Amino acid sequence: MKAFRKIPAYLLLTLLGAVMLYPLLWLVGASFKSNEEIYSSAWFMPESFDLSVYRNAWRTVTPYTMGHYFLNTFLIIIPKTVFAVVSSVLVAYGFARFDFPMKRFWFALLMGSMFMPAIVTVMPVYMFWGWLGLLDTYIPLTLPSLFACEGAFVFMIVQFLRGVPKEFDEAARIDGCSTLGILVHILVPCIRPVIVSVSVFTFLWTMNDFLQPLIMISSVEKYPLSLILRLSADSTGDGYEQRKILAMSVIGLIPSVAVFAIAQKKFVSGITTGGLTG
Amino acid sequence: MKTKTCNNPVGTGKYTGLLLISPFIAGFLLFTAYPFFASLVLGMTETAGGELRFAGTDTFKTMLRDSGFRKAVGVTVKYTLILVPLKLAVSLFAALLLNMGIRGIGVYRTVFYIPSILGSSLAAVIMWQYLFTSDGLADQLLGLAGLPHISWYGDGRYALWMIILLRLWEFGSAMILFLNALRDIPAEYYEAVKVDGCGSIRAFFTITLPLLRNAIFLNLILQTIAAMQEFSAPYMITGGGPMKSTETVGMLIYNEMFRFGDISMANAVSWGLFMLIASAVIILFRLTGGMKEEM
Repeated sequence: MKAFRKIPAYLLLTLLGAVMLYPLLWLVGASFKSNEEIYSSAWFMPESFDLSVYRNAWRTVTPYTMGHYFLNTFLIIIPKTVFAVVSSVLVAYGFARFDFPMKRFWFALLMGSMFMPAIVTVMPVYMFWGWLGLLDTYIPLTLPSLFACEGAFVFMIVQFLRGVPKEFDEAARIDGCSTLGILVHILVPCIRPVIVSVSVFTFLWTMNDFLQPLIMISSVEKYPLSLILRLSADSTGDGYEQRKILAMSVIGLIPSVAVFAIAQKKFVSGITTGGLTG
Repeated sequence: MKTKTCNNPVGTGKYTGLLLISPFIAGFLLFTAYPFFASLVLGMTETAGGELRFAGTDTFKTMLRDSGFRKAVGVTVKYTLILVPLKLAVSLFAALLLNMGIRGIGVYRTVFYIPSILGSSLAAVIMWQYLFTSDGLADQLLGLAGLPHISWYGDGRYALWMIILLRLWEFGSAMILFLNALRDIPAEYYEAVKVDGCGSIRAFFTITLPLLRNAIFLNLILQTIAAMQEFSAPYMITGGGPMKSTETVGMLIYNEMFRFGDISMANAVSWGLFMLIASAVIILFRLTGGMKEEM
């Protein structure tokens, strides 16, 4: 009996799920469709699959291939992730395990900075990099991560470190371990899951970031994926093959989908404390 | 947010901790405090012939009188007022359904969460652009349902809805927050009221809703701050049109800086937006009483 009462819930959930997924299915399908077919059929299945559109899309509208833009994106993501993990772990270690002057104040500042709207500070930061002559390099996109600039990451790691018994630290110190040694040898292995979360979030956020690269990067050969997609979408005119830009979008979504698929379990099941979800 | 970490530290030396958090302090000064005050100072200049001159509050006064700014504030506030309650309602509803002891909860959760991951990427924004073109998928579906054709791009009444729907599509992250909070409610509470002869609707209002207040508040604040900064979707999908009906304050900042080269005005508008977001947050605090310790 009880199972029957849940039938409306299943129906609603399935319907909602279908609505959520259909646009993505449609996107993949439409990347194989001709212009007329895109505008005449709401069903996602294309009449035929011609993979040559993907070969075409890979070549982009510039002299460079999508591979080049993937490489650019990873040249931003990899340093950024390493910087974010190292700096956030150090700062979280300081907050979780040490006492120091004005600690409450600094922690409040950290929490408060999470609510600082990025768009308000972006113009002076842009001018600051311009003054240093570093616009159109990847430094403005990566270097700030060295300063634990995501309060949410630090908060998440602090929460995790609280769960690691302090006796571990004390035992290691008696054995002659240094302050940094304790962090590297004892604590980091204990907080591996949260380090994975920080990396995954950095990856996804950087993949999606649009405003920062848009204002900081101006040469086409240095564009990350998001900007090359914008350029291609803007340069489509009448009679242009729409499926090419749709196929480029599909290619552009693949890295995020892949990372999400790998990290999915940890991700959605609620390790993400502190309001940090997407 | 509690700072229990303050007690019982194991570190030696008063300054080791300070040294460890020094990257944060330096980063805060350089990338938050400095630009925050710099934009105020730059807002007090005026840009003429590529040079900046001190102008006191003139630029701010011009901004407040400017019809473009007023329109953008109106659009941003309207967008936020429609999007945030809708998004909270849908995410709470989905979380409640998922919390009913559904089989295959993992699959549903993943499906609902995927748009949150992809939705803010440019590829998804381009997809959205195509869905709403004339004779695009949205139009075809309206046709199938026997409804009249809507000119999403050409009609000021509907253009903003394209962006609202895109962001609503990304309700998954708010849902996960609700789902985690729901899981923390002990089942005994529900059993207790059941014994008292309480129906499930009463139980929702007497137990679930009060215990979700922190999650609701956090979602409300995070979603409001994000909505008021909206930039990339209107920038890509509508370009602010038609008739500036989708030009958000975020877009205005970008346009002032990079289309009109008016550094002073761009920074003045940044500060205007900050004040707007700050007032929204203060109002939300006043209305809801902020976060409360768990009961």
